[in-house]
Amino acid sequence: MPVMQPIAAPLPFTVKTRLSVDRVSMVFERDGKRTEVLNNISLEVGDGEFVCLLGPSGCGKSTLLNAMAGFLTPTSGEIRVDGETVRKPDPRRIFVFQERGVFPWLTVEGNIGFGLSKLGRSEREQRIAHYVKMVGLEGFEKTYPQELSGGMKQRLEVARALAVNPDMLLLDEPFGALDSITRLVMRGELLRIWEAERKTVIFVTHDIDEAVQLADRVVVMSARPATIQQIVNIDIPHPRDISSARYLELRDGIFKQIGLAHKV
Amino acid sequence: MNALSQPAKWERFFWPVVATGLMLALWYYSVRWSGTKVFPSPREVEKGLAELLGHHVLWKDIIDSLRRVAVGFGLAVLVGIPLGLTLGWYPAANQVVNPTMQILRPISPIAWIPVAIIFFGVGDEAAIFLIFLGAFFPIVVACVNGVANVPSVYRRAGRNFGLTPPQLLARVLFPAALPQILVGLRIALGIAWLVVVAAEMIAVDSGLGYLVIDSRNSGKRYDLVVAAILLIGLIGLILDLAFRRLEKLRSVRWGFRHES
Repeated sequence: MPVMQPIAAPLPFTVKTRLSVDRVSMVFERDGKRTEVLNNISLEVGDGEFVCLLGPSGCGKSTLLNAMAGFLTPTSGEIRVDGETVRKPDPRRIFVFQERGVFPWLTVEGNIGFGLSKLGRSEREQRIAHYVKMVGLEGFEKTYPQELSGGMKQRLEVARALAVNPDMLLLDEPFGALDSITRLVMRGELLRIWEAERKTVIFVTHDIDEAVQLADRVVVMSARPATIQQIVNIDIPHPRDISSARYLELRDGIFKQIGLAHKV
Repeated sequence: MNALSQPAKWERFFWPVVATGLMLALWYYSVRWSGTKVFPSPREVEKGLAELLGHHVLWKDIIDSLRRVAVGFGLAVLVGIPLGLTLGWYPAANQVVNPTMQILRPISPIAWIPVAIIFFGVGDEAAIFLIFLGAFFPIVVACVNGVANVPSVYRRAGRNFGLTPPQLLARVLFPAALPQILVGLRIALGIAWLVVVAAEMIAVDSGLGYLVIDSRNSGKRYDLVVAAILLIGLIGLILDLAFRRLEKLRSVRWGFRHES
């Protein structure tokens, strides 16, 4: 069964490397206590690729994503984007938060236009209108986030991120707080947007199904201190039939890898 | 009817009116049964109020009091908000200033009256200085806490979009802290109204506080004293209600609980 790949596998197709994580370790020290969160992680992500970081809660996958965004600096090793070492946050890679990160004091338009203050007025308005439409929030332009549903808020945050035309989206369990039906819809939406815009996407989740439904490659991480256990290629074209034999085979492989018996 | 059900529309007016009526009755019978010659009955106060409203001097007193509050409170806002935002932004600076602030903060502005008179003499400036002192600390504290409590998600999102520190302060921290700052401003305005009355009893010779003390000193007119007190309460209520309307602005509504 040629499902499994060696750790830090080369990229599956011949695309240019967008992101490379090079032997990154992360140690937090607090009240004299050392916590090792990431242990020697190496990973390459190609341009336009959709990669899921999958692991148990608290394993450090969010920490890795924060380091990729430039919010945290690795204790050792380095992260490069387009060959350039990541040292601070940058609008070329936008982080989408686990909790709602939309600004409650701005309308839908205000949020989407937040990163566009350098543009001229007409271009900004065009850009806002384009992304309002893309995430299906037409008619809600003047609405405040407080009056939107959870799924709408999350779409708004994705629109705000896309509006600044980043090379990369870093999503931290973006659908974690949504109900299961909305979550399914949102996955479809995200894939549709990804296919239209072809951004590089790093998507953190602890949901195995979510990872297998979305990703080109799933990076399976161990419990803390996190290491990469395995990288699984999901070689099923979109739209994916989630009852197909191949889907189930890949999913069950990951279940076994994580050490879960696939029974409730 | 239980605590969760909405009271009917008539009930929302009826019961407060009944409560007010009972208070007036209690007042009336207390004055009557105790046989006091000093404290006025509601009827006498009503006449006193009519007498005051007929005088031009009352309107001048009201305007003087409001003017002092506007200037003192306005100065406290102009100095307090930038200072509070800065201290919230630089926790190290806040640690340096905080002990001094915590000592000055619980001192009643009334205690500063002798100092104010030494500095400014008897007059408007002294009263305004006292109002400023009373309003200043709640505003600074609200800004410091407001900025410190801004969720890190918002700060990180702001930095992610490439904002410089001054932009982050103006476009993320200030609007995110604004609901809490408004609460501080409202408390400060209430304090300013308390302080102006006290300051006017000592430091100046006009205004509603002066009216209270002058009505007593010139002929023990306690009907006018109580009438002036009621007016002070009424104007304070109007100021508070007017300020609360700011909480309904759409860009800050998210920070307040509203019955839907």
